[in-house]
Amino acid sequence: MSTKLLLDKAHIAGIETFEIYRKEGGYRAAEKALKSMTPDEITEEVKKSGLRGRGGAGFPTGMKWSFLAKPEGVPRYLVCNADESEPGTFKDRFLMEKIPHLLVEGLIVSSFALGANTAYIYIRGEYAWIVHILEKAIAEAKNNGFLGKNILGTGFDLEIHVQRGAGAYICGEETALLESLEGKRGNPRIKPPFPAVKGLYGCPTVVNNVESIAAAVPIVNMTGDEYAKIGLGRSTGTKLISASGNINKPGVYEIVLGLSVEEFLMSDEYCGGMKNGKKLKACVPGGSSVPILPHDLLFKTANGETRLMTYESLSDGGFATGSMLGSGGFIVYDEDQCIVENTYNFTRFYRHESCGQCSPCREGTGWMEKLLWRLDNGQGKMEDIDLLWDIQRKIEGNTICPLGDAASWPVAAAIRHFREEFEWHVTHPKEAMERNYGLRKNIYVAPTTAGA
Amino acid sequence: MAKVTIDGHLMEVPDGTTILNAARMMAEHHPELSANVPPAMCYYSKLEGSGGKCRTCLVQVTKGSEKDPRPMPKLVASCRTTVMDGMEVQNKLSPQVQDARKGVVEFLLLNHPLDCPVCDQAGECHLQDLGYEHGSQNTRYEFKRRTFEVEDIGDKVKLHMNRCILCYRCVFTANQITEGRVHGIINRGDHAEISTYIHQSIDNDFSGNVIDVCPVGALTDKTFRFKSRVWNTNPYNAHRECTNPKCNGHVVLWMAGNDILRVTARKDQWGEVESFICNECRFDKKSLGDWILEGPRKVDRHSVISGGHYNSLSDKKVLTKSTTFAVMEGSKKD
Amino acid sequence: MKFNETELKEVERLARRYPAGRQKSALLPVLHLAQVANGNWLDTDTMDYVASLLSITNIEVYEVASFYSMFNLKPVGKYLFEVCQTGPCNIQGAKDIIAYIEKKLGVKEGEVTADGLFSFKRVECLGACGYAPMLQLGEHFKEHLTPEKIDAIVDEHRKKAGL
Repeated sequence: MSTKLLLDKAHIAGIETFEIYRKEGGYRAAEKALKSMTPDEITEEVKKSGLRGRGGAGFPTGMKWSFLAKPEGVPRYLVCNADESEPGTFKDRFLMEKIPHLLVEGLIVSSFALGANTAYIYIRGEYAWIVHILEKAIAEAKNNGFLGKNILGTGFDLEIHVQRGAGAYICGEETALLESLEGKRGNPRIKPPFPAVKGLYGCPTVVNNVESIAAAVPIVNMTGDEYAKIGLGRSTGTKLISASGNINKPGVYEIVLGLSVEEFLMSDEYCGGMKNGKKLKACVPGGSSVPILPHDLLFKTANGETRLMTYESLSDGGFATGSMLGSGGFIVYDEDQCIVENTYNFTRFYRHESCGQCSPCREGTGWMEKLLWRLDNGQGKMEDIDLLWDIQRKIEGNTICPLGDAASWPVAAAIRHFREEFEWHVTHPKEAMERNYGLRKNIYVAPTTAGA
Repeated sequence: MAKVTIDGHLMEVPDGTTILNAARMMAEHHPELSANVPPAMCYYSKLEGSGGKCRTCLVQVTKGSEKDPRPMPKLVASCRTTVMDGMEVQNKLSPQVQDARKGVVEFLLLNHPLDCPVCDQAGECHLQDLGYEHGSQNTRYEFKRRTFEVEDIGDKVKLHMNRCILCYRCVFTANQITEGRVHGIINRGDHAEISTYIHQSIDNDFSGNVIDVCPVGALTDKTFRFKSRVWNTNPYNAHRECTNPKCNGHVVLWMAGNDILRVTARKDQWGEVESFICNECRFDKKSLGDWILEGPRKVDRHSVISGGHYNSLSDKKVLTKSTTFAVMEGSKKD
Repeated sequence: MKFNETELKEVERLARRYPAGRQKSALLPVLHLAQVANGNWLDTDTMDYVASLLSITNIEVYEVASFYSMFNLKPVGKYLFEVCQTGPCNIQGAKDIIAYIEKKLGVKEGEVTADGLFSFKRVECLGACGYAPMLQLGEHFKEHLTPEKIDAIVDEHRKKAGL
């Protein structure tokens, strides 16, 4: 039986209404925070909790909050990043659909801690129906005195607005999101200045993921210290994982960080194992941008240690033999899937989503897409593989925003681990159109180190 | 003031100076350091908000500052990164920078039509210079180049979208120098383009300045179209009493004999206009009587007219063909 | 296209959510509203109208409308199937579903059926990876798609349109 902190009540009928949510103990954290804590105390609890940003980057939330500039007479904003668009990720959607008041309550607590009197939820345009769910929850909270002027008689004012995007992955990047919220094209800003100093409308702003903001609720309720006891090491608390691909039970799971990858994938409590008894070929454990792991590096790290669902364990081995927890978009591939096709598919996605501002991303993603299409369609050349490697290397780290990295990493990891499959597409173009390569043959062997 | 070291050369610059501007300041004091200044295809000091996009000016910060000496983890855009006291920067000395820049040049040229033989910008094109200095000699791109539908933006300015590198300078110019911007960037990613969307002309007193700020041949002067190669013209400084309060009437006339083929703003050694000029000066004053000639224009980099090639004896023959050698003045320092 | 009174009130409500002078922030939501009111796409007149409502220039609207994939700058069917083709949907058979939709509707991507009712386009990840393959239709997702489900959706909407 695992601990759940966010979705523990999500199954209760009517939990999307204020009445039931409140009856089930909801808005206790808001009351506690506003009535008995100072903003700094809340920030301190979040720091103690060890909560790391759940959107993908994993930056400590409490630290992000403490960076917020607080000049006199200038409004501050909290912006909730609900622009969930990383392929493989659909957890925020689940949370907002099932238990919208948790997000509203998290926003109240967080806004109070940050001294923000206006918060915006920027939600991806395609989640149109969730806008109504959230607006209903906000209206209910307001009718019950948890939003608006002088909340619970504490003198704290807060309005929450839901802003709908219109189809642009890039708006998940926090400064692109702010541009979009200002009614502009979603072009990421050049940093510095960072949003904590100059964000929305030039004012200090914190942008946090839905799940991070929701996590403020249990943290306030149970204290940061208690929250930090859940999980493993620096990966504290619980995490929502979106599971998809060739598994028996795709869906959203709340796990305690530290669970083994094998248990998550194979046990009936979570993914329920591989569908149709197929063999596992590979897994993208943290959303499309993180490095793909071949089956032989998924359950065990290169050192032979059990691979765990934590920030540290998933990245163990660096990009050579590890990956990242990212946004928790866990995509599983069985033996019938083609790595070249999947890499082409992701690259097409990133080309489509590039804002076009900076040259390496605008031009490089399209070039990689064309090369990968050619390889996938039996028209590739052996030197295309090295060329792809070189292109991704010249995009990575050289762009305005992390989309360049996000586009590069999947290509790099696919070539790193599945080079033989790419080469086979070149040497067996006809066969590659008809059948799949199957599992990789060069199973990872840990390098033996000579005695010192 | 902040002390900054770029490629081993130390200089003190005012707080808030960017790395690129610090490098330019160094070069202004020590002309021999001009070659050390990172190239800038999108940054334009006179346009607020410009820069950061093309990534050609990436440099390596090997020491953040005296206070925090840690190196910066990634290459940074020198045009948008402020110096800190004690900062150490590598540009030409950093193999990583040179490699990344070569990559950026390749990206910029990937879909560029390379139609220099019929491009009016040829000879004063920043992309040509960049390609010459940092590019590779062959292309690795084997796909059809991207092309855009032709859009007519009026009788004065020619838009060649296929040549555009999306520096955004013309958009900033329209926003900041002219009244009523009607063009912008439409679409997204590798389909993004300069356009008015509704195919209208860009028409206002200062619209011609988009030609001068364009680093490539995407925006050229229709009144000069195919009149001459730039290197066959002779540039003169000239001025007139311009009635437009925002224009000082100080220009460069690009002449062939007594004919004024083209009028542009005066550009400094970084290729930036010294002051923006109005359309009347640029497009409508094409007879010598309109202008008071000041003398030959010294042309700095970004034009084949400067170059330094003219110093060699073997070039003398070429020189004798022309009547005026504005370039001689400029070449002396080489 | 001009907004009716209810829609104008909604525009006002939207614009009030931002600080004074920041009404441009309402651009995306107002464009959504305009697109629905204008038969599922944005023509130049509609965009110019939105610009005038928000006191911004026309080009500011064109720049934004052409950036976001949900704004249709060409006419589409009354019912637009936006079918996800990204990674997780791809491994669950998105290609077959797209081929089936193409066959079923008898139009190519971007075309509209003769009765003006249907068109489809391939889109990138919509955040329903665990329920693949899927498509978006208006404000809602249709998930775990099969050919039979596509048939049912088409029939349902034909009926809705009174055909």
